[in-house]
Amino acid sequence: METSDIVARYSNMPGGIIEAFHEIVDRHGFLSQEAIIEAARGFGISVAEAYGVATFYSMFSVKPKGKHVVRVCRSAPCHTAGSAAMVDALQEHLGIKIGETTPDQRFTLELTECVGQCQATPVFTIDGEPYPGLTPSAIGPVLESYLRDGNRKDGR
Amino acid sequence: MARETRIVLKNLGKIDPMKIEDAVAQGGYQALLKARDMSPADLIQEIKDSNLRGRGGAGFNCGQKWAFAAAAPGNERYVVCNADEGEPGTYKDRIIMENDPHRLIEGMAICAHAINARQGYIYLRGEYSFLRRVLTHAIDQAREAGYLDGFDITVRRGAGAYICGEETALIESLEGKRGEPRYKPPYPPTQGLWQRPTIVNNVETLANLPSIVDKGASWFASLGAPSYPGTKIFTLTGDIKNPGFYEVPTNTTIRDIVYGFGGGIPGDLALQAVQIGGTSGAFIPPDLLDTPADFDSMQYAGLSLGSGAVYVLDETRDILEVVTRIESFFEHESCGKCTPCREGTPRLVGLLEKIAQGRGSRFDLDLARKLGHNMTITSLCGLGMAAPVPMLTAMQHFPAVFTQQVSAKTSEEGTPW
Repeated sequence: METSDIVARYSNMPGGIIEAFHEIVDRHGFLSQEAIIEAARGFGISVAEAYGVATFYSMFSVKPKGKHVVRVCRSAPCHTAGSAAMVDALQEHLGIKIGETTPDQRFTLELTECVGQCQATPVFTIDGEPYPGLTPSAIGPVLESYLRDGNRKDGR
Repeated sequence: MARETRIVLKNLGKIDPMKIEDAVAQGGYQALLKARDMSPADLIQEIKDSNLRGRGGAGFNCGQKWAFAAAAPGNERYVVCNADEGEPGTYKDRIIMENDPHRLIEGMAICAHAINARQGYIYLRGEYSFLRRVLTHAIDQAREAGYLDGFDITVRRGAGAYICGEETALIESLEGKRGEPRYKPPYPPTQGLWQRPTIVNNVETLANLPSIVDKGASWFASLGAPSYPGTKIFTLTGDIKNPGFYEVPTNTTIRDIVYGFGGGIPGDLALQAVQIGGTSGAFIPPDLLDTPADFDSMQYAGLSLGSGAVYVLDETRDILEVVTRIESFFEHESCGKCTPCREGTPRLVGLLEKIAQGRGSRFDLDLARKLGHNMTITSLCGLGMAAPVPMLTAMQHFPAVFTQQVSAKTSEEGTPW
């Protein structure tokens, strides 16, 4: 769906710009300059305000990202459960550093704060799907499952 | 030892969250029908008498809050469920919503009757987007079954901002803006969402309401600690044998939570510290373990119940390193609106890193403490006020952790950063 269609669908919802941004990010991976201008027009606010919203929330990005976004939790419970080792393993598997995207545009690796899956730590998420309590050695098969099924997105 | 007592998690494992008939078979929505037979004033009095206090961390009397909204002028009022559960180590609200969404919806509808609201919102943290389906399905079922009756609920998502757990920041976000807290007063019960009277209650608070209406205020008031009655869900993380969630009476001691329900420390190591209330909570030394975990007992001991997260550190952990990580959380999550928090959080991280690396002086330690105290007094909202608490309480209860890291340099030698 085009950005303008998404904006039109939410523009009657008071405060709906955040839901619209979610949907744009779900479809296009990020909020482009055009999308922000489009949203500002649709919601009747200034481009500065729309950009302010786009850059306030950590789940929104104004830069392109890979098809799948891997986020490693670094909040205290995950921190002491070994999130640093998890970061190292993911960086090695993907061949990129935190904040980078693989050259084939498949994966972006980021840090996050608590995602509320602390029943087993450490936790990382792929496209919002939580993977709690895995050891670094278990991440290979998880990443490969996203390579096999290229369309895999948060299935729930 | 106290036993697990399930009120809000009463239906856990007994119902399919996607089936309203399962919830109804367990007595779901009966309390709502009972509440609607009461006048709003009587209902508010009943909740006041139960002494139910907010489970989100502030501990305000729920019925009192409702009374403010009911008395505020205006035709349009809102019920907002704060499901922006972002406090690290906390996932109790997720457990409630995942397993028994109807209990939350019923609680919101009870509140709507009390304050005469026609529209409700569940502000769901973006990281819990997968729960949107369960919640909207349950709302649809409740609407079709006729339980909502002139009241409706919309699920709206956050997008990754810890600050939106603060109720006025949450309201700003619902309005489609950056989630920056408002100056208070006015408080949301008189001027909240779109400047109208608004009740913002935590998921766990709302989920208590059906049982209170069903069994009566005096039943609830007699459970747990008298000044903060009922139960509290604790989520255990860190160096603990049995990590997980436990709903227990509020007069349960920290010792029972850690050693009873949690089973103690793996490897039979000694306990070094517990942090209760999430990452914004105080670091608690072993000699305070017999403190009951209710709001007032914790506050009296200089601690905080907060969200009910319980984070356990064994004797091998480096508290200074953990505190530094925690302060960098606040640096990341500070919204930037007020100066003490925006500027204070990175300075705290800088000072702690300097101290941890052995480059700090006694001057740096004093400066960090002074800055921390300053932030607790001058910050605009609870985030900035709580941000220095882990550091300050760690300094208070584990002074050697800090003093052994710094030289005896004077202020002249110990230049900042």
